[in-house]
Amino acid sequence: MIAIHHYLILSAILFAIGTVGVLVRKNAIVIFMCIELMLNAVNLTFIALSNHLGKLDGQIFVFFVMTVAAAEAAVGLALMIAFFNNKESIEVEDFNLMKQ
Amino acid sequence: MDLLMPVVNFGAIMPELILSVVAMVLLLVNVFLKTEQKAYLGYLSLLGIGYSLYVVMTAWGTPQTGFSGSVLQDNFALFFKGIFLVGAALTVLIADQYVRREECNYGELYPLILFATVGMMLMASGTDLMTIFLGLEVLSVSLYVLAGFNRKNLKSNEAGLKYFLLGAFSTGFLLYGMALTFGATGTTRIAEIAKVAAASSAVVQNPLFLVGMLLMAVGFSFKIAAAPFHMWTPDVYEGAPTPITAFMSAGPKAAGFAAFIRVLMVALPTLKADWTDLLWILAVLTMTIGNLIALNQDNIKRMLAYSSIAHAGYALVGFTAGNSIGTAGILFYMLTYTFMNIGAFAIIILVGKKGEPNNNVSDYAGFGFKHPVLALVMTIFLFSLAGIPPMAGFMGKFYLFSGAVKAGYVWLAIIGVLNSAASVYYYLRVMVFMYMKDPTEQFDWVKMTVPVFITLIICVVGVLGAGIWPAYLLGLAQNAMPF
Amino acid sequence: MDSIFFYIVAATAVISGILVVGCKNPINSALSLIMTFFSLATLYVMLDAPFMAAIQVIVYAGAIMVLIVFVIMLLNIRIESGKRYMHTRVMGAILGAVVLIETLYVIMRPASQNLTGGKGPVDAAMVLNVGHTELIGRALFTDYLLPFEITSILLLVAIVGAVLLAKRKV
Repeated sequence: MIAIHHYLILSAILFAIGTVGVLVRKNAIVIFMCIELMLNAVNLTFIALSNHLGKLDGQIFVFFVMTVAAAEAAVGLALMIAFFNNKESIEVEDFNLMKQ
Repeated sequence: MDLLMPVVNFGAIMPELILSVVAMVLLLVNVFLKTEQKAYLGYLSLLGIGYSLYVVMTAWGTPQTGFSGSVLQDNFALFFKGIFLVGAALTVLIADQYVRREECNYGELYPLILFATVGMMLMASGTDLMTIFLGLEVLSVSLYVLAGFNRKNLKSNEAGLKYFLLGAFSTGFLLYGMALTFGATGTTRIAEIAKVAAASSAVVQNPLFLVGMLLMAVGFSFKIAAAPFHMWTPDVYEGAPTPITAFMSAGPKAAGFAAFIRVLMVALPTLKADWTDLLWILAVLTMTIGNLIALNQDNIKRMLAYSSIAHAGYALVGFTAGNSIGTAGILFYMLTYTFMNIGAFAIIILVGKKGEPNNNVSDYAGFGFKHPVLALVMTIFLFSLAGIPPMAGFMGKFYLFSGAVKAGYVWLAIIGVLNSAASVYYYLRVMVFMYMKDPTEQFDWVKMTVPVFITLIICVVGVLGAGIWPAYLLGLAQNAMPF
Repeated sequence: MDSIFFYIVAATAVISGILVVGCKNPINSALSLIMTFFSLATLYVMLDAPFMAAIQVIVYAGAIMVLIVFVIMLLNIRIESGKRYMHTRVMGAILGAVVLIETLYVIMRPASQNLTGGKGPVDAAMVLNVGHTELIGRALFTDYLLPFEITSILLLVAIVGAVLLAKRKV
């Protein structure tokens, strides 16, 4: 039987990797993929806790998180396409039109 | 196979239902309208918002829960729903002139604003972490699209993309916090979290519970643009279409506060000592950083963006106080802030030109000579933002700071007053340019249209009325406590 | 036996997660992310949640990743060029290490293991007998009906927004 804290540690590791990825990478799509990694770490937390506590609330939450991730993916990628149509790259370095 | 009927009470979500139905009708009607006729969508949406506002006002005083405890429509929720509807109506009124000028007159603007408002209303009345999260996401996804609405403009694209990345990142933190809170208590219903935490001290001492609260606070702080989580917010405000910036600075901030208040005060009162300390730090950082950076901004949209960060800081002072006057002050402040900020942005839309080349403060030089009435209106809004009596801003700050003093946070109130005094500088700078510098332009393109006129009248009446006679609104706010 | 399997799958997940962050070519990042999704789906099956595992593969690996790879191909993203600022990498690594150590410390404390809140009725036997899909379906359509309906509005907004932003001619 695998104790609950193994799963919690694994999801914490994945969450940390995702956070570091968002802060370090420059390409907008890769940043988005790291955000998806963070959301998956949260999903793992929910399902592990739901199994440990014997309740379904966590799994229902995961259901909605997945839907939200899909909706955000659609809109985010459309935004990137719109940006790309105007300017031929999506490096975050190029996001410097506004004076800091 | 038994059939379980869910507990459904449509009355609890009637305002949201009305707006959703109207928005869907607008999406259909939009197909049959030509570009010049898109303003009809605006009128229809105003009808929908008006009816929804009527339902909100008649529902005052009778709390209702619905959907097995997922939503609760109490006075707290109704007050905030009123704020959101007012903000949406004002945005719809000022949007038309702007999108015509910028040639991004797509009819989907109005349904998206309505759906964003539905998301905000669900955030305010949600009593389950799931409902709050989903309302937040409906709001956020609509705003990502609205921020990038002017798709041929590179700044708008960049604003939309930055807002998307920032928003999705903060959602990750919020969700992780909700997951850990679920783990510590075993439920996602706000009332039950409080019950479980109060019943057993093992839960309260569970480090996961505390970390969950911290992460949720971080997530919500991103949404209300509190420092040090305000990173890309000024860029988003500067690049987004100006009516959308006005919308973003008023409604979603209030919605973030509504959800934040419900989660911290109703679900986690057992951790009050911890989150009060956290909010103290957030309030001081937010006020100070917002005001300091606003002091040397040239672009007026950016300056108002930093000023809205500072105003979130003042509201956090009231939140730290945690007592009845502080929380009522937050509600009062959010409503009056909607009026003053959207009013200021309405003037910015009037003065702006296509492509927005003249958004610097220096471009307002001499405005007071050419259009004295409009400059006076702008002065009223700027005075209110700065907190000068007898405007609504002063009364709001008074309630927030006196709430802090009553709760014993005297130093916090002093820092707040100092910050407020410092902020007078950058608001007054605009007035100096308007009245005391020679005009470099003739300002002959400034054309007042009927909808903007109505908006300005409503905002001025709101600001002056709440400033001179705040008792009515304050009474409503004090009747609207969530605890 | 169980734990060995868990460690293998967990290691796969972590390594592919690191690859997502570390690869220069966005396509390699996308493929590693798909690997992560599959490992997580395996873990969901081990946690008595087979329906969620299926949904994970269908929605995440099957829809979202396809969309991402499609956009990467469409926009013809090159390998990330430009100089990599050394200090951001170091800062990122330090930040990650700090966050990780804090989180591990919190999780390993014995008080965290004591998850109360009551043990509910759903366990492996129930999932086997009643069927995971039916359990989730029941909960979704009775207790959580409102979030379910809000999701439909969310998807509508996403569709309207995506079409509006990315259409060639409006």
